[in-house]
Amino acid sequence: MLKKLIILAISIFLTAVNVYAGTDGDLALKKNQNKEEKKIKDCFEKLNRATFSFNQGLDKVLIKPLAKGYRNLPGPLQKGTSNAVKNLSNLITIPNNILQGDIKTAVINTARLAVNTTVGLLGTIDAANKMGFPKYEKEDYGQTLGSWGIGPGCYLVLPVLGPTTVRDTAGSFANVLGGDPWYNASFHGNNEFLSESLYITSRALSGIDFRANNLESFENLEDNSIDFYASVKSLYLQDRENKIKNKQRGNIEVLYKDEDDWEEIDSN
Amino acid sequence: MKIKKILLILMFFNVINSNLYSMEPDVFVQSTVNRASQILSKNISKDEKIIELKNVAKETVDIIGVGFYSLGSARKNLNDSQKKQYFKLFENYFLKSFSSRLSEYTNPKIEVVGKKVLNKNYTIVNSLLVATSQRPEVKIDWRVYTKNPDSPLIRDLIIEGLSLARTQKEEFASILNSNDGDIKALFKTLEEFSNN
Repeated sequence: MLKKLIILAISIFLTAVNVYAGTDGDLALKKNQNKEEKKIKDCFEKLNRATFSFNQGLDKVLIKPLAKGYRNLPGPLQKGTSNAVKNLSNLITIPNNILQGDIKTAVINTARLAVNTTVGLLGTIDAANKMGFPKYEKEDYGQTLGSWGIGPGCYLVLPVLGPTTVRDTAGSFANVLGGDPWYNASFHGNNEFLSESLYITSRALSGIDFRANNLESFENLEDNSIDFYASVKSLYLQDRENKIKNKQRGNIEVLYKDEDDWEEIDSN
Repeated sequence: MKIKKILLILMFFNVINSNLYSMEPDVFVQSTVNRASQILSKNISKDEKIIELKNVAKETVDIIGVGFYSLGSARKNLNDSQKKQYFKLFENYFLKSFSSRLSEYTNPKIEVVGKKVLNKNYTIVNSLLVATSQRPEVKIDWRVYTKNPDSPLIRDLIIEGLSLARTQKEEFASILNSNDGDIKALFKTLEEFSNN
């Protein structure tokens, strides 16, 4: 039971740290969703801040050193690992493409998964990219819930797992409740090649790869923030909004919420 | 007839004059990033780079506008003396934060790839920070304030869809909320940041 809980926690963590992926396409969303999201409440701010401090400590003593070590690995090894974990994430992206009604992208991603897993030697080489497939964008169940018009609920900071919202946490649970074929095959596949430890290792590598790719930007953000907690919260929520609305560059409505706020500022 | 001719000549010079001095937002951004890039690739100390970057920021960023925006609705409650104090503190904070963020890069190459005019006051300029072996390509958009077309100014940087101005605004709001809206708490925080 404890083992299952640990695995569940790790899964949510690794899904949470993988939220920094963009998406393509356009989805119709309710116009008033901006207003709803504008009201994302930090219902448990004191507790969230305490958890955030704990996570920072954990990052300092464990995750950051691991990420630094990972960065010292030979380039091809890093690239291969990064490609392989990205390839596995396709197993979550494809069902979410379908749930969001984006069948065309689901077909492309299925082909990408097939090419990379075979020609690309278990995903270590992004052969599909070399063959000219469109850029891959991750999707997850939190994004799908958001695209269906479900509001984010309260902002949360979970121990180890980091920033999230009630909706995104619920989305993460879907992975271990049958929504992630890689999890299902590893835990219930009943074969000699896959195991629980392989699943955990793959998810841990995914998290470390993400952290390693953002070592400097996190450090820079922390050094230049007057309230690091508020900065991370703002960036997390902006990023999720962009992804749910499938805006890689963001757009004015998503970014600023209230464009009038800019219009009334006259410094000339 | 003579008056008509004089008027026509005056109008002609006025048109030429306005074309001479107005600057397209995309050209302005490219010229600004080129200046910053030149500074960053110079063989000088980090402190010297920061000084030069601060000068570029003073000329090209609407620091007062960004300061107003960052304050959110709290800006409406400031008296003149508080406004004066805030802008002094904000400028120091902004220049330190902005220049130290940039000084980490060495010889960055940014290419302007497009623009979108929002209205007469704002244009979004799209650019790309070209990928290197150490980092992937980064999309950077610039919100340019064009109310005075002769002197466009940067009001926000949107990096991979994340707005720095919005992040800053939410940071300031968080500090104000944690201190029952007391502006002095924000002033103190800005002062501490600049002095550290």
